[in-house]
Amino acid sequence: MLEFPPWKRVYLWAISLFLAVASVPSLVSLAGVQWPSFLPKPMVSLGLDLAGGSHIMLEAEPSQVARQRLDTMEEAVRAAMRDAKPRIQIGEISTSGGRLSFLLQDPSQVDAARDLIEPMTTGAGMTGQRDWTIQVVDGSRFILTQTRAGLDLAVNNAMESATEVVRKRIDALGTREPTIIRAGSDRIVVDVPGLKDPQALKDLLGQTAELEFKLVDTEALPTNVAQGIAPPGSEIVPYAKGTPGEGTAIAVKRLGGIRGDSLTNAQQTFEQQTNAPVVSIQFDPQGGARFARLTSQNVGKPFAIILDGEVISAPNINEPILGGSAQISGSFTVDTANQLAIALRSGALPVDLTVIEEFSISAELGADSIAKGAIGMLAGLGALMVFMLVTYGRFGVYTCSALILNLLMILGVMALLGSMAALTLPGIAGLVLTVGAAVDANVLINERIREERARGRRVVQAVELGYKEASRAIFDANITNTIAAVIMFMFGTGPVRGFAVVLLIGIVTSVFTAVTMTRLWVAGWLRRKRPTDIVL
Amino acid sequence: MKLLKLIPDNTNIQFLRWRVPFYGISILLMVASIVLAFTNGLNLGVDFVGGQSIRVTFPQGTTAPMAEVREEIDALGYGEPTLQALGQPNIISVRMGLPDEENAALTETMIRDIRATLEEHHPEASIGSAESVSGKVSQELFKTGMVALVLAMIGISIYIWIRFEWQFGVGALFALAHDVTLTIGLFALTQMEFDLNIVAALLTLIGYSLNDNIVVYDRVRENLKKYRKMPMPELLDLSVNETLSRTVVTSTSLLITLVALLLLGPDVIFGFTAAITVGIFVGTYSSIFMATPILIWLGVKPDSFVPKETAIDVQERRARGEA
Repeated sequence: MLEFPPWKRVYLWAISLFLAVASVPSLVSLAGVQWPSFLPKPMVSLGLDLAGGSHIMLEAEPSQVARQRLDTMEEAVRAAMRDAKPRIQIGEISTSGGRLSFLLQDPSQVDAARDLIEPMTTGAGMTGQRDWTIQVVDGSRFILTQTRAGLDLAVNNAMESATEVVRKRIDALGTREPTIIRAGSDRIVVDVPGLKDPQALKDLLGQTAELEFKLVDTEALPTNVAQGIAPPGSEIVPYAKGTPGEGTAIAVKRLGGIRGDSLTNAQQTFEQQTNAPVVSIQFDPQGGARFARLTSQNVGKPFAIILDGEVISAPNINEPILGGSAQISGSFTVDTANQLAIALRSGALPVDLTVIEEFSISAELGADSIAKGAIGMLAGLGALMVFMLVTYGRFGVYTCSALILNLLMILGVMALLGSMAALTLPGIAGLVLTVGAAVDANVLINERIREERARGRRVVQAVELGYKEASRAIFDANITNTIAAVIMFMFGTGPVRGFAVVLLIGIVTSVFTAVTMTRLWVAGWLRRKRPTDIVL
Repeated sequence: MKLLKLIPDNTNIQFLRWRVPFYGISILLMVASIVLAFTNGLNLGVDFVGGQSIRVTFPQGTTAPMAEVREEIDALGYGEPTLQALGQPNIISVRMGLPDEENAALTETMIRDIRATLEEHHPEASIGSAESVSGKVSQELFKTGMVALVLAMIGISIYIWIRFEWQFGVGALFALAHDVTLTIGLFALTQMEFDLNIVAALLTLIGYSLNDNIVVYDRVRENLKKYRKMPMPELLDLSVNETLSRTVVTSTSLLITLVALLLLGPDVIFGFTAAITVGIFVGTYSSIFMATPILIWLGVKPDSFVPKETAIDVQERRARGEA
C-alpha cells in the first residue's frame, strides 16, 4: 500500500507537473503579465459571461418550409398539366390543410397525370420513404400530401443553408471568432465574443433578404388597392417602413418579375446626384439578360423593388438597363444600406429566423466577475488552508499541497482543452466548490488514521488502513457527484455546462491529488523518518 | 504541537433518541417550504418565465434613480418593470415580462425601446448585461431543469440502492428531497431570483449533500458487519458519532470557501452560491437526523448485509483479521 516503485513516482509527478505547468500561462495573464510569445501558450478559454459578448438563439418555423414546398409543388403541377400533350385540364385546386388537391376534368386522364406527377416526388434521404404521397380518390381527385420524412429533410436542408447564410453575414460584419452552430432540428445558436450590443447582429439576421423586381399594375383602381383588393393576376404589396409611401400599398403583377437570387455582388454606394446612400447590385449573366429584357419591354412604366414582401421603391423605367447592374435607392442610411448589401451578398435566408433567446454581457462586467471570483477564491483557499493546518498538522500540510496542486491541475486541463472547456461564471463557483470538496477525501483519510491510532494500531498500519478504509466512501461520494455533474452537462446550456465541466474535471483531479499524491508524500515521509508516533 | 479538534474524541451523542421530534420539525419545515413556494411563489428569472432582464450600473457612489427609471419605462407602454437592487445601491436589474407570448417581433421592439430609453435618460449609466428569453424557450428550460433535478435524485438513489440496500436508497432519496425542498423554501421566503443557475446549484448540492450520507451509511454497513448483536438505534448512534468529526470538518471546509465566495465573490452569482451554501448546511443536518433514523423505520436489521457479503467483503474482513 505504501510502496511506490521509482517508475510510479516519476510517472505520478510527471502527470502532476505537466498539467500544473499548463495552467501557468493563464495565471500569468490573469496577473496582467505578458507571456513570452516563443513559449507554448495553452490558455483557459473564457465563456461569454466572463469574456463579454453576445449570444443569440434563432428559430425557424418548420411550417413555413412546408408552405413553400406546397407552393412550389402547386406551380410545378400546374405547369406539368398545362404542358402535357394532350393538355390535362384541372380545377378546384386547393392547398388548404397542408395538402395539395385538385380535380381532373376528364377522369380518363388519371394514369397520364399520375405518370407526370410521380417523377416530381423523390425519395427522402435514407429513410426509404417518398417525400410526397399521391392519392387518387373518387376516380378523378388527386391529393398530394407531404410525408414527415420529406418535410424533415426539407427543413434540414433549409436549416443547413440558413446556417451557411448566417455564417456569411456574420463574417461580413468582421467580428472575431463567432461560433455558429445548429441546435436541434430548427435552431441556430450564434455566440459572438466582444460584441456588446447584439442589435446590429439581430437586424442583419432577422432580414430574410428576398429581393424581387415586379411590374406595377397601373390599371388597378386606387380605391380597390387601398381596400386591399387586387385585380386578377396582381397582388397588393405594402410599402416598407421609413419609405415615403409608408402606410400605403400598390398593386404589382404576380408573374413576369425577376427574383434577386441571381446576384453576383451587392455594395453600399452613394447616388451621384443626391449623394444618398444606395445599394448597387450586379446580376449574373442570366439574371442580367432577364433584367435587360424586362426593362426594355417596359420602358416608361414603373416597376417595384420588393424586399421581404415590402416595397422599397417603385421607380419608372427611364431607359432599358442592359449592363446587368442596377441601383436600389429608397430612404437608406449608410448603415441600413450596408446591411442590405451584406444580406444580398450572402443570399436570402431560405426560412425566416426569429430570435427566441439572447443575452449580452459587457466585457467590464466579465472582467469584474473574474477579479472578484479570484479574490473570493484566494480568500477561501487561504482560510481553508489555515483550518487544515491547525486541524491536521503535518497531514494538513499534505492536504494543502494537494489542494494547490489540484487547483493548478484543473486549470491546466481546462487550458489544454481550450474552448471545449471554457470557464464560465458558475464555473468559478465550481472551482471554489471543488476546492472545498476536495479536502473531504483527506478529511476522511486523516480522521480514519486518527481513529485507527486511537484503537492502538502502529503508525504505518494506521496510515495504510486509513487510506484503504476511507477509499470506499471516497469512491461512492465521487460517483454520486459525477452523476449529478453528468446530468447537469446533458441538460444544461452555456454557463451551466461550464460549471458541470469544472466539476467533472475537478472530481478526477481531486481524487488524484487528494488520494494518490498525498499517499505518495506520506509514504515518502514514513520511509525516511520511520516515526513511532504521529500528531493527528 | 496541539491540534484543533472541533469534535472531541469518542463522542457519544444520542442523536437517535430525538429522532421523532427532529423528524416532526423537518417534515413541518418541508411542508412549510412547499406551502410557501405556492403561496408566496418563487421569484422566477426570465429564463423560466420569459421576458427580459437588464443589469444597469450607475456611477460608483451614486444611488440608482429607481423611481425615475420605473416611470420612464412604464411610459413606454409595455407594462411596469420589476426593479431590484443588486447588492450595491448603484446597480439595479430591470425586468420586464413578455409583452406578447406569440409576437416575437414585439419583444424585439420592446428590447430596443428600453435600451434606447435608458441610454437617452441616463447616459452616465452603463448596461452590464441584457438577457431576453421567449415564452417558448423559457417553458422548455423550466421543464428540462425540473427533469434534470428529478433524474439526478433518482439516479443517485438508485446508485445508493445498488451499492448498499434498498432502505439506504430510500433514505438517500428522502434526505435529498428534504434538502432540495428546504432550499427552494428559502428562495420562496427571501424572493431571491430563482433561475437556471439555481437549478444547477440544486443539482450540485444534491451531489454534495449526499457525500455525508454516504460516509455515514458506509460506516453503518461496516458496523453492521462488526457488531452483529448491537441494537439498531445504538449502532446508528455509534456510526454517526464515529464519523461526526469528519462530517463537521468537511462541512466547515466547504462553508469556509463558500462563505468567502459569498462575501467577496461576484454578486452576479450570489444566489447560486447562497443556494449551495444553504444546501450544504441543510444537507449535513439531514444526513444525521433524516437519512440515518429512517433506516430503523425501513427495517434495516443487523443481518441485512450477511447474505449479501461479496467475495471482496470477505477478503476485506480477513484482511482485518476478523473471523
